[in-house]
Amino acid sequence: MTAPLLSIRDLHLSMSSYDGKAHVLNGIDLTVNRGEIWGLVGESGCGKSLTGLSISQLLPSPPADYMAGEIMLEGRDMLKLPRPELQKLRGNRIGMIFQDPTTNLNPAFRIGDQLVDVALAAARWKPGILDCPPGAGRSERKRAARKLARDMLERVGIPDAGMRLDSYPHQFSGGMRQRVLIAMALIGRPDLLIADEPTTALDVSVQAQILKLLKGCVADYDMGVILITHNLGVVAETCSHVAVMYAGNIVESGPVAAVIERPEHPYTRALMASIPTRDTRRGMLRGLAGSVPNLITPPPGCRFAPRCPHATAACMTGVPAPVRVGRDHAAACIHAKEPETAHV
Amino acid sequence: MLQFIVRRVLLLIPVLVGLTVIMFAIARILPGDPVALAAGPNATQAEIEALTVEYGLDQPVWVQYGHYVSGLLQGDLGTSLLTRRPVAADIAAYLPATLELVFAAMAIAVLLGIPLGLVTAVWRNRWPDYLSQVAAIGAISMPRFFLGLLLQLCFAMWLAWLPLGGRLPIIVIPPPSVTGFLTIDALIAGDWTAFTTALSHLAMPAIAMSLSPLATIMRMMRSSTIEVMQQDYVMTARALGLPRRQIITKYVARNAVSATLTVIGLYFGWLLGGTVLVETVFDWPGLGLYATKAIVSQDMMPVIGVALVIGLLFVLANLVIDLLYGVINPKVRYS
Repeated sequence: MTAPLLSIRDLHLSMSSYDGKAHVLNGIDLTVNRGEIWGLVGESGCGKSLTGLSISQLLPSPPADYMAGEIMLEGRDMLKLPRPELQKLRGNRIGMIFQDPTTNLNPAFRIGDQLVDVALAAARWKPGILDCPPGAGRSERKRAARKLARDMLERVGIPDAGMRLDSYPHQFSGGMRQRVLIAMALIGRPDLLIADEPTTALDVSVQAQILKLLKGCVADYDMGVILITHNLGVVAETCSHVAVMYAGNIVESGPVAAVIERPEHPYTRALMASIPTRDTRRGMLRGLAGSVPNLITPPPGCRFAPRCPHATAACMTGVPAPVRVGRDHAAACIHAKEPETAHV
Repeated sequence: MLQFIVRRVLLLIPVLVGLTVIMFAIARILPGDPVALAAGPNATQAEIEALTVEYGLDQPVWVQYGHYVSGLLQGDLGTSLLTRRPVAADIAAYLPATLELVFAAMAIAVLLGIPLGLVTAVWRNRWPDYLSQVAAIGAISMPRFFLGLLLQLCFAMWLAWLPLGGRLPIIVIPPPSVTGFLTIDALIAGDWTAFTTALSHLAMPAIAMSLSPLATIMRMMRSSTIEVMQQDYVMTARALGLPRRQIITKYVARNAVSATLTVIGLYFGWLLGGTVLVETVFDWPGLGLYATKAIVSQDMMPVIGVALVIGLLFVLANLVIDLLYGVINPKVRYS
């Protein structure tokens, strides 16, 4: 069996701050294969973005410190790679899309120039993406990169792609800019795409278009995707799998249908219950009492225990290990039951 | 674009009117009799009165002002009491020397300040940064004339590498005047000896004038670079594998320079108005030296003329800076 595209094992990350060392990722396990779209959900500050940034190690160190664990990309541990090797992976093995399309494009350069630069950088390690013979001159490579940039803009649904190459970012709408950023992330033909809240800053109608586009690209390019979001609706609509994070842990993970239909972790259930439905009366939004624990002095045992309605004395001792609760479905709760005895 | 330039040039009019009014008022408030000073110690009362009438100084101040403005519209800046020559001709003779000095100083400041600012931002909180910070505080806090004296002591007296002062010794034949800048005129004429001589005279005063803007531009560039490096698009560029060198020299630099441009424009005016001390120390035959002599002898026409020309140049420099904003920042260009 070949190694999975991405396999994160027991990743621990701490961030130094003036108040002390915050243990922000506390043993993350995640495996992503080609063709899978993993939704990474959780409330603000649970570590989902940090997990995304950790994969291509974009966090400045210090304050970030990878204390333990491994991040394997097709069998190679990226945490052990020297900087130049890591640099080679960015853009052409791992693509990234960030939240705010208005601030993630450089305002001073034409989008064509920005796309061409990314394509040329990726083509240094992956010459195949440019349609030109080996040993081609700089101007020839540039021309090929420009053609690729136009094709990518067309692929992400930007009309008049050839003309729009010469436009500046402020001449695009928010949704169009996110399309440009998707084109930029995909121009190096990455195997893994990390999309950090790609639709949060967009109108709801545009959100759906962008998600559909992302889904189409995944099918076209046979990528694995990690979609970071706090919106369970987005997950249900777009993802094949989901991992729910709480305070630096993945508390439940599995195929989307299984997790949404039969959430086993109390936190997942609380998240699901907080989604307003048609029957929710005005002023009756259900939230989750309490707030995320302080990660400098985290609670002992299960980090969710202080807010958990089912917590018992046993929850306060020892971090709960994931319990298998279904096919590929696991929940990190000592009360979770194996499928044979689960109360379905 | 054209509309923008026209509007900005029209804005010059109130600036210039304000300048002339203020300068005229100051000229009248100052005590003493400039005509008596100009006529010399042996002049009789009748001669002084004749001169006063000749220069129209016996008339009410608003009539004088009206005469001045109507002359100004024809390019006449009045006549100097001291040299008895038209002020416009004097300024035309002295201005190129000052401009050459200011441009040279600005070139040093910009060409060194911007890369140094980038480098210190990238290496921030390490030794190159600390070193530059100390040097910058020293450069900003040291008076220019004192720095000039130090440079003279070091490079002219001890090392004897550079001449003490002046612009071009009499023994060197000046190149035919095209731009009025001796260094550039010498290059155009292909006169290598004149070029190196002119350059060696220009070096010290230009360096003395450049250090303060250099330090400011460097610090400004450093802080705006640090700010730009924290922008989301820099993270995106890193995440998508652009080489670090390209990110800094291309993507970050262009965004960081636009904040620094304002300072460059302001410093240009500051240097123009502040050449007096450096020109005095280095005996540089420019506007500053000319204006100082005029002020000492209460010869107000040259003073007003110099103030006008410097004001005009300052506004023009800032117009150029504003146009450069558009080159660097497309958002400004289109709105």
